[in-house]
Amino acid sequence: MQDIIETIIEGFQTLTLNKMRTGLAILGIIIGIGSVITLISLGQGSQKSIEDQIQSLGSNLLTVSPARQSSGGIMGAQGGSTSLTLSDAKKIEEKLSTTLISKISPEYSSRSQVIAGRNNTNVSIIGVYPQYADIKKITMSKGVFITERDNSSISKVAVLGPTTATDLFGEIDPIGKTIKAGNQTLKVIGVTVSKGGSGFNNPDDMIYVPLTTAQKQIFGKTNLTSISIEAKSKEIMVQAQDEIGYLLLSEHKLTSPEEADFTIMSQSDLLSTVSQVTGTLTALLGGIAAISLLVGGIGIMNIMLVTVTERTREIGLRKALGAKKKTIITQFLIESILLTFIGGIFGMIFGLTASFVISKIMNLSYVISISSIALAIGVSSLIGIVFGLYPARKAANLQPIEALRYE
Amino acid sequence: MGALAVDKGEMSEFRGDNMIKVSKLSKIYSIGEVKTIALDNVSFQIDKGEYVAIMGPSGSGKSTLMHILGALDQPTSGQYILSGENVSKLDEDQLADIRNRKIGFVFQSYNLLPRTTTMQNVMLPMSYAGIEKEKKLETAKKYLEMVGLGNRLLHTTNQLSGGQQQRVAIARALVMNPAILLADEPTGNIASAQAEEIMSIFEKLNNQGHTIVMITHEPDIAKHAKRIIHIRDGKIEKDEKIKH
Repeated sequence: MQDIIETIIEGFQTLTLNKMRTGLAILGIIIGIGSVITLISLGQGSQKSIEDQIQSLGSNLLTVSPARQSSGGIMGAQGGSTSLTLSDAKKIEEKLSTTLISKISPEYSSRSQVIAGRNNTNVSIIGVYPQYADIKKITMSKGVFITERDNSSISKVAVLGPTTATDLFGEIDPIGKTIKAGNQTLKVIGVTVSKGGSGFNNPDDMIYVPLTTAQKQIFGKTNLTSISIEAKSKEIMVQAQDEIGYLLLSEHKLTSPEEADFTIMSQSDLLSTVSQVTGTLTALLGGIAAISLLVGGIGIMNIMLVTVTERTREIGLRKALGAKKKTIITQFLIESILLTFIGGIFGMIFGLTASFVISKIMNLSYVISISSIALAIGVSSLIGIVFGLYPARKAANLQPIEALRYE
Repeated sequence: MGALAVDKGEMSEFRGDNMIKVSKLSKIYSIGEVKTIALDNVSFQIDKGEYVAIMGPSGSGKSTLMHILGALDQPTSGQYILSGENVSKLDEDQLADIRNRKIGFVFQSYNLLPRTTTMQNVMLPMSYAGIEKEKKLETAKKYLEMVGLGNRLLHTTNQLSGGQQQRVAIARALVMNPAILLADEPTGNIASAQAEEIMSIFEKLNNQGHTIVMITHEPDIAKHAKRIIHIRDGKIEKDEKIKH
């Protein structure tokens, strides 16, 4: 043990003799470990962000959407189906609200150009009942949400997501102002609280209107684009999914699940799909970064080979004084492990810092995983052993006379 | 003179106190078809406490002999017994052990570790023998004081003159209390005034009972020894005693 500690100290002294070279060799490992950690951490961070976003919608949520319908072997367009109607939603509520479901929200959504004064934006307009706010956990920062009465009277009112509100009105308070969607003029009655979403179907960039208004006044349709349903508890999710499925099959006069013109997705289905995709993406990014780690390892091997050649006389002397093969191998292995280990530590600091900064900029969750720290220490030491072994063996196999003669 | 040495050799074999016993030692290098005989059936003995110079021109085989005596190389044939151990049949790690315990090397170009303190250099053979730290420090200090470098313990080797560096090398050669001190052109790189100093240290060590074998091509240096073995073309040409 004392020998090992002495060899480590000696190795450290040797490495400090040529700071420039040592630094450059270590830099390769720092970049390698750093980029692996950064990319894995960012991958895990974005995975967590997406999962959080899905989970914030509630874990008891089921979404019924129209599916591609085949009639006589001819496939309809994806999502272009008009199979889902308000009467389906009413039937589900009527049959299952006492046993399985607590809330149900029929929706019609489509994108449209919306104008307010001199500003305009292309935004998702969604027709909803008041239950929508409960199910999707939407809260108001100003004004009120769509009510039952708005629906029954087909009111020309709208609630804006905070991003849409800013796009259309800037800093001005939009309550009481009007917007134009399609041929209709709608009065703004509320603005929702930001949910911090991003991308497609961002709840912050949306206009909420009464379902009846959306169907009859703005888009002129009678079908639904989705029905959101909240089950009474997490445990009965699968049962609820099945019951709704069979109910809709009989409503649509279909006999087997293969013919279904709708799909029912639960939050957990969505979550596992997304997790799978982002997990694969993280692994892919990590794999690409691992290539730079490999390059760093080859750099270490190169430096160690140069060192062995340069120190041929020293190795010869050590052997003449009684160093055994094992002793020489240990000495050079410890030097290469020191290089990669130090690189691993700095790479870890670099990786964790970089991923922190980037996740703050990109508004992602910041995930420090123990696995990335274990990776930095474990993998970097392993690289030291793997890429240091060949040079160390080369040193140990030098003949003492040849080595002493070497100029 | 030569006859006397042979007589002494035969006597010492009976007494059993010979440090080095070399019999019918040959070393042949073959490069492709060409065979070079570096040592040709060499036999001699060196007793405990002797101070022997091995002399010869370059290419005479004296370096080859020195490598075999130093357990750095193995003979093609013949036997080499060093203080009772048959060195000719050992493997690489066993040879390393012999070099560590029984041979103290002094090289022409000192061969100290650069940018390392004199203490660390002198302690190196003891590290390979697994000696504990306290003992190492104490022993290294003792031998550095003996060669007159007690005030240079923490100097790095590149801060020392050639003569001082060679004295560090001598201290390093002595710390394991070896059977023989094997010096290869010990004054070859040193100014003559300092060379005398090295020679007087060798004399002192010999008076204390150390067995010294010195390879040299300089007659002036060889004269310090008590016996000179002349080598030419891989054979012993002359084995003479020197009277001081």
